[in-house]
Amino acid sequence: MKAAVIVFPGSNRDGDVVRALRQAGAEVSRVWHAETALPAGTDLAVLPGGFSYGDYLRCGAIAGRANAMDAVRAHAARGGLVLGICNGFQILCESGLLPGVLMRNVNRRFICHRQLLRVERTDTAFTRAYGERQVIDVCVAHGEGNYYADPETLARIEGEGLVAFRYCDAAGTLTEDANRNGSVNSIAGIYSQTRTVLGLMPHPENFVEDLVGGTDGRGLFESLARAA
Amino acid sequence: MKARVTVTLKNGVLDPQGKAIEGALRSLGIAGIAGVRQGKFFEVEVEAADRAEAEATVKAACDRLLANTVVENYRVEIA
Repeated sequence: MKAAVIVFPGSNRDGDVVRALRQAGAEVSRVWHAETALPAGTDLAVLPGGFSYGDYLRCGAIAGRANAMDAVRAHAARGGLVLGICNGFQILCESGLLPGVLMRNVNRRFICHRQLLRVERTDTAFTRAYGERQVIDVCVAHGEGNYYADPETLARIEGEGLVAFRYCDAAGTLTEDANRNGSVNSIAGIYSQTRTVLGLMPHPENFVEDLVGGTDGRGLFESLARAA
Repeated sequence: MKARVTVTLKNGVLDPQGKAIEGALRSLGIAGIAGVRQGKFFEVEVEAADRAEAEATVKAACDRLLANTVVENYRVEIA
């Protein structure tokens, strides 16, 4: 598995995701946003969390139009894997690689806490290491994570089984309390139509070591490391 | 030429910031405000031969960057 982590001005979680990928056995390089191509043989492009361009205009809007994103779009069009975490998810929505948009949290606050997620399907390159409907313990840290799509798009996402993760309680139940940012249908992450592009707001890369609180994030990186 | 671009949230899209401002106005005791929706305003300096060309340029800018048309509408006025 060769992974390329794209770094934008204001990315700040690239170090963590590089570490999580290497821990799972991936070969990782960093790619500056101004580059026009990904390294030869890249299997997975990763858009890390952070505050690209200071969240100016809209979160992910300017990064979504960076040179490197043309290369990521071409990679995705060839069937290459793409993972966007937090700001990376916002960038994927802004660049048109995923449908919908991440709006300001419904409670208007930056939320930063441990978060339970329900894994919606385990037959993708991102989730094979998880169990069916497994509830995983990871973290969220964002001010704009309120996923929204118009009713027609939402019906398509649900109908085609493109929801990757949902905010839930310990029993895997979708409650209003668990869905603190107010996302439609408690959506925490979605796939592209081919399930080769994944965007999610929570941070699986935070929880890959017992030392810092948990290891439930490892499954995602281990799934990816096995995928190629 | 100068263009003025107003970007607003589409009807039905939740606007937590507008709601917060509405609440703040109420707490200031300013009566008679029924609702607030927050948007964005851009002043754009355009180099164009005529108004039609300026408008086309600014519309392209809106479609490609200034507005996210999933949730936002925009209005362009050429001054």
